[in-house]
Amino acid sequence: MSIFEYAPAPESRSIVDVRPNYGLFIDGEFTDGTGAPLKTVNPATEEVLSEVATGSDEDVDRAVRAARRAFTRVWGPMRPADRGKYLFRIARLLQERAREFAVLETLDNGKPIRESRDVDVPLAAAHFFYHAGWADKLEHAGLGPAPRPLGVAGQVIPWNFPLLMLAWKVAPALAAGNTVVLKPAETTPLTALLFAEVCRQADLPPGVVNIVPGAGETGRAVISHPDVDKVAFTGSTEVGRSIARAVAGTSKRLTLELGGKAANIVFDDAPVDQAVEGIVRGIFFNQGHVCCAGSRLLVQESVHDDVVAALQRRIGTLRVGDPMDKNTDLGAINSAEQLARIRELTAFGETEGATCWQPEGELPGRGWWFKPTVFTDVSPAHRIARDEVFGPVLSVMTFRTPDEAVAKANNTTYGLSAGIWSEKGSRILSVTSKLRAGVVWANTFNEFDPTSPFGGYKQSGYGREGGRQGLAAYLQGDN
Amino acid sequence: MSDRLTVRKTYKLYLGGAFPRSESGRTYEVTDAKGHFLANAARASRKDARDAVVAARGAFGKWSGATAYNRGQVLYRVAEVMEGRAAQFAEEVAAGEGISSSRARAEVDAAIDRWVWYAGWTDKLAAVLGSTNPVAGPYFGFSLPEPTGVVAVLAPQRSSLLGLVSVLGPVLAGGNTAVVVTSTARPLPAVTLGEVLATSDVPGGVVNLLTGDAAEIGPWLAEHADVDAIDLAGAPAPLAMELERSAAGTVKRVLRAPAEEPDWTADPGLSRLRPFLETKSVWHPIGV
Repeated sequence: MSIFEYAPAPESRSIVDVRPNYGLFIDGEFTDGTGAPLKTVNPATEEVLSEVATGSDEDVDRAVRAARRAFTRVWGPMRPADRGKYLFRIARLLQERAREFAVLETLDNGKPIRESRDVDVPLAAAHFFYHAGWADKLEHAGLGPAPRPLGVAGQVIPWNFPLLMLAWKVAPALAAGNTVVLKPAETTPLTALLFAEVCRQADLPPGVVNIVPGAGETGRAVISHPDVDKVAFTGSTEVGRSIARAVAGTSKRLTLELGGKAANIVFDDAPVDQAVEGIVRGIFFNQGHVCCAGSRLLVQESVHDDVVAALQRRIGTLRVGDPMDKNTDLGAINSAEQLARIRELTAFGETEGATCWQPEGELPGRGWWFKPTVFTDVSPAHRIARDEVFGPVLSVMTFRTPDEAVAKANNTTYGLSAGIWSEKGSRILSVTSKLRAGVVWANTFNEFDPTSPFGGYKQSGYGREGGRQGLAAYLQGDN
Repeated sequence: MSDRLTVRKTYKLYLGGAFPRSESGRTYEVTDAKGHFLANAARASRKDARDAVVAARGAFGKWSGATAYNRGQVLYRVAEVMEGRAAQFAEEVAAGEGISSSRARAEVDAAIDRWVWYAGWTDKLAAVLGSTNPVAGPYFGFSLPEPTGVVAVLAPQRSSLLGLVSVLGPVLAGGNTAVVVTSTARPLPAVTLGEVLATSDVPGGVVNLLTGDAAEIGPWLAEHADVDAIDLAGAPAPLAMELERSAAGTVKRVLRAPAEEPDWTADPGLSRLRPFLETKSVWHPIGV
């Protein structure tokens, strides 16, 4: 097979002005933090991008007090239509500055510019636009005639979709009339801080959005602050459990969006080429740093060899490398720590008897990288079939009957998402109804939209983000 | 009065559609509000709780997979059968709660009406809580409510029948199966309710009623890996916090209890249905 080589097509980083230092964003101002500053690094080059202040307990307290003041005096009493207009402004500003956000996201996170440009940033803007419209229509959300905001929301988000997860958290909270204290992930604080500038350009009243970067300690301070009424977290199941424990016995409301180990089920009647595209999108989108990634491929036994061969052929054409190159399919692994975890779990794959396959090709010398990886001969008891790898690693298993496919798909403590590939509508609907997962993609995978509620069953968490259902997380009603 | 000696009932557990004694062989004395002996109720053990979870999990597929119309008819049937035994329920409620027979009868009537209310909800939940999602792309998207799974219910301590039905009804209407720990001091109406459920086409295992002590059995249910949610209605404050913390280990959905046991005659709305329903969003491409 001949290989088409592409000339490099790098996106310019000149559009974004990465400052050498960033402060905390509290009460509408950038201020110094009293926590130890963190250095945020470009995972593709290991270059230090900026030094970012972090929030101590006192800083978090300051942020919560600012949020409470803003809730009581400004944002709570404001006309709902005006709250909506601020959110529309923010949506427009995100669109106007989309290129800047995309470049900064790729620099800080390592994801391909194609994805930050075409997925993360447009979807973030869409989330604000969608929720802006809800602000003056909450009495139609099905929560009674006069639903009320909860107050101050403490929100902790992950590093895999830094701006998009901010949008999923901040947009519904604000639309419902709450104010927020948000802690971005330790390794990816920059787009949240650029978002703070957007809030200033929108003339959002001070204190409505407060952004306090930091590591786990800062997150703990946010979720355990006594004047926080609502906690929302996206991240690992392990941390989710500790947050649920910390919130126990309080009156704080909690929603959790945690890990996953999604099954992607391919039936023998599925068009192989389409399914292969979906499998690739399911597990290699964002380097597999996706809680709903299709990390377990369940293939009907009769087509296993054909599907795996076609998949390997397709993976051979994926381009791994410079995230700023517009041709790149897989970017850098976000951190050395995450790379170590991926390596540890894939090592288990081999020692437990699965067969590892990776495409040919060199990885860049600097930065953190992992090749797209496929394990075959995987048994449901293997750690690579049970644990969330959160990397570009696919475990392939087989099944014979639809019942066996469902049983294997549901054989996990997680329940965030699932995929099914078949040309037969009745089979799709039947299998879909039996899968214990919060999102099911039929003949597609990893699609997201603000109108579509997203969230898990079982230990993938509770509560929904997006849609009318997602508003319930930020409102108290009579119903 | 006739001089006939009455035949007393043995109050047992309701587990997997049968009425076993506690595997532990333990019982405890149940008295009326004035302290007079009423019965020796079974004191359920950890093992009984685990058996009940197995039964509830086993029954989940059939109950959650039944049509909403069917589930509604079965719950309505519970109301029908209860109506016929209203006098017996009223007697047990009056004795246990120390209220007048007319107030007890009103509680029973309200409990029967609560089943009717929830029976009517089964086939409306999808329309009221679900949605079609106008996503920005060539996909048909919809979201449906689905039952959470096996729900552990610590029933209210004070209101032994209306409170019990008020917490059990929404769990069943949503398609979940239940493991219930009854009011500790007032367990008798719950056992009689078990007899009603057993003769109302509710499949065995869908409801499991354990008489005993919530403080003893609750912790096992809160940490049980095959329990998906817990309703803390009948847990006193210090226990409730401990159970919520324990439930976090398996990311259970937790319905907290208010500080005071509420007035169960109030319109419940959807407040007890939502906590035990998940939302599943489905995407399918539109094309030719």
